[in-house]
Amino acid sequence: MTSSVAEIPTPPPAPSSPQGSAASGRRRRLGAGNSLAAKGEPMVWLTGGALALAVAMIVCLLVYVFCQGIVTFWPVPLTHAKMGDGTVLMGEQTRAEWYRLDDTAIKQLPPEVQLAAQAAKKAGEGLVHRRLLRTGNFDLTGTHFHWINDFAIETETTPRNAMVVERLEKGRFYGTPKSITIAGKNLVTANGSEDNAALDEIWQAFVEHHDTVVARRDEIEHLEKHVLGIESARETNARLEMRGEEIVHGLESEEYVKAEAHFQQVRAEVEKRTVEVRQAAEKLKAQNRGFLVTMTTAQGVEKNIDLADIVRMYPANNLSLTEKWSLYFSRWWEFFFADPREANSEGGVWPAIIGTLTMTLAMALAVVPFGVLAALYLREYAKSGPITSAVRIAINNLAGVPSIVFGVFGLGFFCYVMGASIDELFYPANLADNNPVYGKGAVIWASLTLALLTVPVVIVAAEEALAAVPNSMREGSYACGGSKWQTIRRIVLPHAMPGIMTGTILAMARGAGEVAPLMLVGAVKLAPELPFSMGDWSGSLGPIPTGPIHFDRSFMHLGFHIYDLGFQSQNSEAAKPMVFTTTLLLIAMVAGLNLMAIWLRARLRKRFVSGGF
Amino acid sequence: MTEQLATHTKPTATDSQDAGVAIQPQPPAETAKEGRLEAVARGEVVPAIIDPALEDEKHVLEISNFNLWYGKKQALLDISMSVPRGKVTAMIGPSGCGKSTLLRCVNRMNDLIDTVRIKGDMLLNGDTIYAPTVDVIELRKRMGMVFQKPNPFPMSIFENVVYPLRIDGERNKDVLESVCERSLRGAALWDEVKDRLHESGLSLSGGQQQRLCIARAIASEPEVLLLDEPCSALDPIATGKVEDLIHELSGEYSVLIVTHNMQQATRISDYTAFMYLGQLIEYSPTATMFTGPKLKETEDYVTGRFG
Ligand SMILES: Nc1ncnc2c1ncn2[C@@H]1O[C@H](COP(=O)(O)OP(=O)(O)OP(=O)(O)O)[C@@H](O)[C@H]1O
Ligand SMILES: [Mg+2]
Repeated sequence: MTSSVAEIPTPPPAPSSPQGSAASGRRRRLGAGNSLAAKGEPMVWLTGGALALAVAMIVCLLVYVFCQGIVTFWPVPLTHAKMGDGTVLMGEQTRAEWYRLDDTAIKQLPPEVQLAAQAAKKAGEGLVHRRLLRTGNFDLTGTHFHWINDFAIETETTPRNAMVVERLEKGRFYGTPKSITIAGKNLVTANGSEDNAALDEIWQAFVEHHDTVVARRDEIEHLEKHVLGIESARETNARLEMRGEEIVHGLESEEYVKAEAHFQQVRAEVEKRTVEVRQAAEKLKAQNRGFLVTMTTAQGVEKNIDLADIVRMYPANNLSLTEKWSLYFSRWWEFFFADPREANSEGGVWPAIIGTLTMTLAMALAVVPFGVLAALYLREYAKSGPITSAVRIAINNLAGVPSIVFGVFGLGFFCYVMGASIDELFYPANLADNNPVYGKGAVIWASLTLALLTVPVVIVAAEEALAAVPNSMREGSYACGGSKWQTIRRIVLPHAMPGIMTGTILAMARGAGEVAPLMLVGAVKLAPELPFSMGDWSGSLGPIPTGPIHFDRSFMHLGFHIYDLGFQSQNSEAAKPMVFTTTLLLIAMVAGLNLMAIWLRARLRKRFVSGGF
Repeated sequence: MTEQLATHTKPTATDSQDAGVAIQPQPPAETAKEGRLEAVARGEVVPAIIDPALEDEKHVLEISNFNLWYGKKQALLDISMSVPRGKVTAMIGPSGCGKSTLLRCVNRMNDLIDTVRIKGDMLLNGDTIYAPTVDVIELRKRMGMVFQKPNPFPMSIFENVVYPLRIDGERNKDVLESVCERSLRGAALWDEVKDRLHESGLSLSGGQQQRLCIARAIASEPEVLLLDEPCSALDPIATGKVEDLIHELSGEYSVLIVTHNMQQATRISDYTAFMYLGQLIEYSPTATMFTGPKLKETEDYVTGRFG
């Protein structure tokens, strides 16, 4: 090969060349070596640079999200600032920045601080430093945040006894306790914010009683949401049955009369039970009302807070490291396993986790058999030709269709055609009630829409895996008298399995991260009921019972949650930390899926590594 | 084009054949060499020299005027030969002359390649192989095949061996086990693997893998065994074992084996066919082939002077 290259007639030697014709072959090679392209060095830099740039961008994004997400739940100290104009602010510092302060803005400042502002501006060469304090107490001040200019601060302290109160509603509260009432009796009253002994006693009392109050609150919630929910579902079902009989047999029929009687009976029962449950809940609530803590804000306003309304309270400036860590982890715990509150900007994302998992798994169940069968046909059965090539190109193009288009298709076809047909067939009473079961956004339609979206990924991956099965294996099977299907089932598929699995998991990762189409076919801001619930086995798809999986329900989704928090929230500054933690969680889930793919592939590949040679 | 040339050169070919049958006088063979291989290289059809001894045999496989094209390229030209029953027939010839192709045609393995076109027919015990009505799967079950490169399946050794039976739906464990043992013993592999039958077939060494493939090929007791250089991946000891195996199998089975090893051909085969560039050149009893071939070019090839 090399020699044949050397023998190719060379162009006449350059006039500058002093060598004779005998050395022309060698000289030609030398000449080629001098050209830029032949050296290869610049290409190394170019390609390496491109890679480095891509990696750097990805790493920066990940590190940013990771850092922001990981620090979110760490307790920060409470800053108490007395401003030059006499106002007092207290809160947690969320961020700080330098900004350009122009003279007109200085003129608008209170006269006491104008001088200081000018001095600060001069010192900072036109820039001044300011901080964003999360001052909370929304119910008193009507705002969550305050910017404070450093130059406008007269004194700044971190008071030992100041408390952060995370409330169920209206956001955080910052203040100093004044007194605590336990079971209706005032236990201690502090004499000002420096009365350490009394304040410590209040703190102890709070720690002692908070858990029992919360337990009672959880019990109330269980009664009001879960127990009453079941009761009202019972009534609804009886009513729908009655409606169904009305539609099928008419108002005069015996069936209808029977169903109506049944409904009346159920309604009476439910009403009775509801009253009982409400009474029980009311009793617990009354008990809880006896527990409250009176707080004084930095501005000196007093406020009573029910212990039942408090998620957690802590003295932010008086925490040991272990206390900080346990606070940190309890917040993560809440983030994972609690329901969201405050328009999703506080609390947890449990429903979104469950929703995402249910939807992704259902999608995988739908997409894998479909995609693998299609790939099998393309690779094993279809004769190669223009049609097969066209189909392949079409599949690859399908992967490039904007995902929102799939969403529109899903809404139009799955929800409004398939869903509506299912409703007409199996849920006429719900339909008559103007309350469609499947003819609306639902987790099943979201799964199928995403299945459609990711089927090209699976087909391409499965085809590649099938193509990687050595032909000698197939020949071996055919030579033994195996039919095509036997060969595929016993030899080809097991061999291609690692590749197919990898493709599946990659498709799942892609599907789990998708948002746009979901907004149209079932993802919602707040879902009252989970699409998967071990406590409720009444799920059904038409006549098929599906146990704990409720395919008809709309669901919360982590990706949609991020969008909702970041861009639809009333209080986006307060929701920002949640955006980062949720993003981190979603990235972790997708990364976990990818790692699983790698691990699975490595494990299964081992089976196919030949010991020969 | 080819046929025209063929008719054109026919006289020469007949001449040389006559000369070959007449044998002895060396000079005619010399001239024949020039004419014959040159003619083959030009793509002319040169009739093969076939020893009359073959006509006395019972034939398990008859190949008649078989042609094969890979796309536009013709790989087999007008091959006619009969494989005797219960004997070992070796096929020799330089690399790329079409030995594997011919072997793969016997169990219609070439159906799997889209570009392949064939003309002519083969008969297996009188049944046609190349007719649209033939059930290819049933046909393949009557033959066992071992490929040039070992191709065990990614499953246990046991499952590898009983694969042909599994395909037939055999479930009886006793039957499967006895077949497995018999086949592995037959392939001289039993002693090495009897304690690890449930390990992956891929965990074996290359030579063991090849013997595993042989075991698989004889598991369903085929009428014909097609071996494509079964020993190319084996060490001398394993080769010896396989050769012994082939010896034992002959008589019961008819074996068609491709080999590049002349000694091996002399050791194990009863008949030898010499192919060159897609054509059958000479086909004789092995003894004749290696001691006094009718053609000079055959002698050159088997003695290593060319090819
Ligand atoms: N799948 C194929 N497509 C096209 N041409 C092929 C194909 N397989 C084989 N050929 C060609 O057919 C001719 C015969 O090949 P074959 O494999 O039968 O040779 P062989 O005699 O077995 O050689 P070797 O001793 O090296 O195994 C060769 O020229 C080869 O290039
Ligand atoms: Mg070959």
